[in-house]
Amino acid sequence: MKSGDVRHSLSVSTRPNARVAPWGDVLFEWLTRFFALLVLFILLGILASLIVTSMPSIRAFGFHFLWSDDWDPVRDQYGALIPVYGTLVSSLVALVIALPVSFGIAIFLTEMSPGWLKRPLGTAIELLAAIPSIIYGMWGLFSFAPGFSHTVQPLLIHTLGRLPGLGMLFQGPPLGIGLLTAGIILAIMIIPFISSVMRDVFELVPTVLKESAYGLGATTWEVVWKVVLPYTRAGVVGGVMLGLGRALGETMAVTFVIGNTQHLSPSLLAPGNSIASSLANEFAEAVGDLYTSALVELGLLLFVITTVVLAMAKLMLLRMGRHEGKRG
Amino acid sequence: MKPLSALTLLATVATLSLSSRSVMAMDITGAGSTFVYPVCAKWAEGFKLATQNGLNYQSIGSGGGIKQIRAKVVDFGATDKPLTQAELDKYQLAQWPVVMGGVVPVINVEGVSAGRLRLDGTTLANIYLGKILRWNDPAIQALNPGLKLPAQDIVVVSRTDGSGTTFIYTNYLSKVSAEWKSKVGSDTAVRWPTGINGKGNEGVASYVRQQAGSIGYVEYAYALQNRMTYVQLKNHDGQFVNPDSTTFGAAASNANWKPENGFYEILTDEPGKNSWPITGATFVLMQKIQENPDHGKVALQFFDWAFRKGQQSALQLNYIPMPDSVVKLIEAQWKTVVRSRSGTPIY
Repeated sequence: MKSGDVRHSLSVSTRPNARVAPWGDVLFEWLTRFFALLVLFILLGILASLIVTSMPSIRAFGFHFLWSDDWDPVRDQYGALIPVYGTLVSSLVALVIALPVSFGIAIFLTEMSPGWLKRPLGTAIELLAAIPSIIYGMWGLFSFAPGFSHTVQPLLIHTLGRLPGLGMLFQGPPLGIGLLTAGIILAIMIIPFISSVMRDVFELVPTVLKESAYGLGATTWEVVWKVVLPYTRAGVVGGVMLGLGRALGETMAVTFVIGNTQHLSPSLLAPGNSIASSLANEFAEAVGDLYTSALVELGLLLFVITTVVLAMAKLMLLRMGRHEGKRG
Repeated sequence: MKPLSALTLLATVATLSLSSRSVMAMDITGAGSTFVYPVCAKWAEGFKLATQNGLNYQSIGSGGGIKQIRAKVVDFGATDKPLTQAELDKYQLAQWPVVMGGVVPVINVEGVSAGRLRLDGTTLANIYLGKILRWNDPAIQALNPGLKLPAQDIVVVSRTDGSGTTFIYTNYLSKVSAEWKSKVGSDTAVRWPTGINGKGNEGVASYVRQQAGSIGYVEYAYALQNRMTYVQLKNHDGQFVNPDSTTFGAAASNANWKPENGFYEILTDEPGKNSWPITGATFVLMQKIQENPDHGKVALQFFDWAFRKGQQSALQLNYIPMPDSVVKLIEAQWKTVVRSRSGTPIY
């Protein structure tokens, strides 16, 4: 009887669970599926509304919109070349500066830093990411740009600016603001992103691997270049893309320092414009359907550019994976 | 007993809310011009003290104000670029001016203090067209025989965001330079032929302060508060004038305000010995048919209060209040144009 009681109570305690579990599971599964699909729907919804709203501009300008540098609200003529160029160039400059610096930071933090310095240094770099972008913009305009125009820019103009070919990039008056300044500010903003991701993935490299390399007589550089980096390639590319994504869409900081000019110039010192900054500046005051629609089409282009960049990163990773397979 | 008491309670609440409705403070909303925001905020303060009714004004820019009033999101919109009668008819809006002010060119040239440099319209247009590149250009030197101007490059600074200030400024340049009119034109945002662009008055001001040899344009109150180096301009009558409330007022006195065309009047390049050539007004837009007459009425009361009691605070902030004769025309127009859904005038 007693044992029966125990069995009974056991079965009582387990049976409801056994009965509830299936539909609970089903509910849970559908709930999570719904959340996941919701993201997809929102994404498609945004894309659809961007396309619909930019239709008047797409109809009026067609593909010409992409390579026209005309942006004239008075005559209702719009082209995206200058903002697209500015977005790509400022992000590229940012990446060229941020990539080696972040790499250095991550290597130092994981391989070379004394233990007591690791934590405060790591936290300081992560704190950089927490600074609102408008602060970067204001700092860039009021502190960085004046100094930059008095020191570095004249130097660039008088040295690199005199080179044939490459010199084109560093000519013109030292205004302090422009594509190069925007790129540098962006670099400072994306360094914490790239370097934290890099540090995290570098830390995942099994110590055994590194120790065996050191045991074989490898230098720190060789360990980093031939062991750590190949092992963490996917993570590093991911971090870089995260940074690039932020640089492409950054608005406030860029608006402050890029100069907001609708002129195309080969010089990095010249003021330019970016997509996000055009939108921020002009959207509120844009009167007329075509003007608004052209601005929305700029937004659509930014969406497409970001998607293409991400897709390229994925492709790159896939390709790397395949090569590794072959080598193996 | 219980249901009865609940009913009484309900009835009491209903009567209370009904009776308090007439004295209950109301918040009206407005949106638009950043130019008018400082004085609007000042007026709202005084109006709240006088009537308990508050105003929530969003200074999102003239274009935004036009969009918001068309969408009936706000009780009134404010714009520095007046709508034409055709536009007013199309959107069923009423329009009138509330306050006037001036736009001034500001410079940052070493050794030149405020009000010293003299420019005329053609020269200013040529600087902004990128045709005059240095401060010691003969055209500028000829206007300033006594002034020693440096051989410095001119950095041209403009507004990047659409703005009523830009509209007034480019409207002036179009009037004084045929080349500006054909190449650039006049609007709240234009394709600037040269230079760098800052966002808002403060963006232009900070670039002008930072860049040696720069020239920009801001609204007068802004130049004054930030002690910027403004210039003298040659007006329609060939006189050089400094920007101040007297010269703005002189330009405004020439205006011919007419209710028939929605008070459409642009005050640039006005004749008169003392007229400041880049003067403009801010206009208020309201729906002709008020879906919420209570709100519409308070909004009109607000402007009436501003016209009568707000003149001093407008002058203090370097705006020019509308003359009484114009206020009479405006308020007469309210009675005929702004109506409730059933067609009765609400003011």
